[in-house]
Amino acid sequence: MSDDEGEAVAGFRAAPGGATARFAAAQAAIIRDLVGQIAELVADEIPDEGGTAGTGSAAADLASQLGVSDATELPDDPVLARLLPDAYRDDPAASGEFRRYTEQGLRSAKVAAARTVLATLPPSGGKIRLSEPEAQAWLRALNDVRLALSVRLGITDELDEQEDLAADDPAADNPRSAYMWVYQWLAILQESLVEALS
Amino acid sequence: MSVAPAEVDKPETGQEAVPDSPWVTIVWNDPVNLMSYVTYVFQTVFGYAKPKAEKLMLDVHHKGKAVVSSGAREAMERDAETLHGYGLWATVSHD
Repeated sequence: MSDDEGEAVAGFRAAPGGATARFAAAQAAIIRDLVGQIAELVADEIPDEGGTAGTGSAAADLASQLGVSDATELPDDPVLARLLPDAYRDDPAASGEFRRYTEQGLRSAKVAAARTVLATLPPSGGKIRLSEPEAQAWLRALNDVRLALSVRLGITDELDEQEDLAADDPAADNPRSAYMWVYQWLAILQESLVEALS
Repeated sequence: MSVAPAEVDKPETGQEAVPDSPWVTIVWNDPVNLMSYVTYVFQTVFGYAKPKAEKLMLDVHHKGKAVVSSGAREAMERDAETLHGYGLWATVSHD
């Protein structure tokens, strides 16, 4: 994984009408796996479409922890709770009402963003070119993955010490460290995409 | 639109009686969302110029939250819904 780092850090660049980037196959596999998991998690009425998780990658471990939400209350699963938050801080009734009318649309939008990533990033990687709407979908999908990873990693502060942790022990046999590496790599990737669109 | 992130503590007298008394959308700080991304979202969602978007982002970052829009309740709920779509932690409240 660390061999890809230099290439990964390059990230997205602005291109006419959107952005462009080049991905190694291993990088594409990680992104597709994680984005696919988010889509499955969020689309809880849609039966498992198969193929996105359980491919034997380290990230597949995450899938087993993913839960299902309730329609009108803050989801029990902490990842879903972060992706589908309450809209009122101290008013469960108002939050429930808001959720009743918005949660399905929010779920659909997140699934659509994830599918845009899956549709524009070939499993083999390579150079991709995104239109601006596609790039915005990528931004949201990458952000959802980072939010999910942060919950699973228990990130509660801006990264400082954890950065060293990941730098000291890239991937290897420490799953948490591997996730941290992915989390930070996706931050760099997302940052580059923001810059490409700005 | 009047956005006053540092002045949320206004007197509450008689607000319920004022028909257009503002509801607000608040964005809360979190350790995940990138500063550049939050700025980009404020520009994209609200059409704010970059300096204003950056100031709001920094308010979120340093003060823990910022009022990013104000107006009718329905509009604020739409804003919160949109911001949730971008993964920001947004809530609606009556100022």
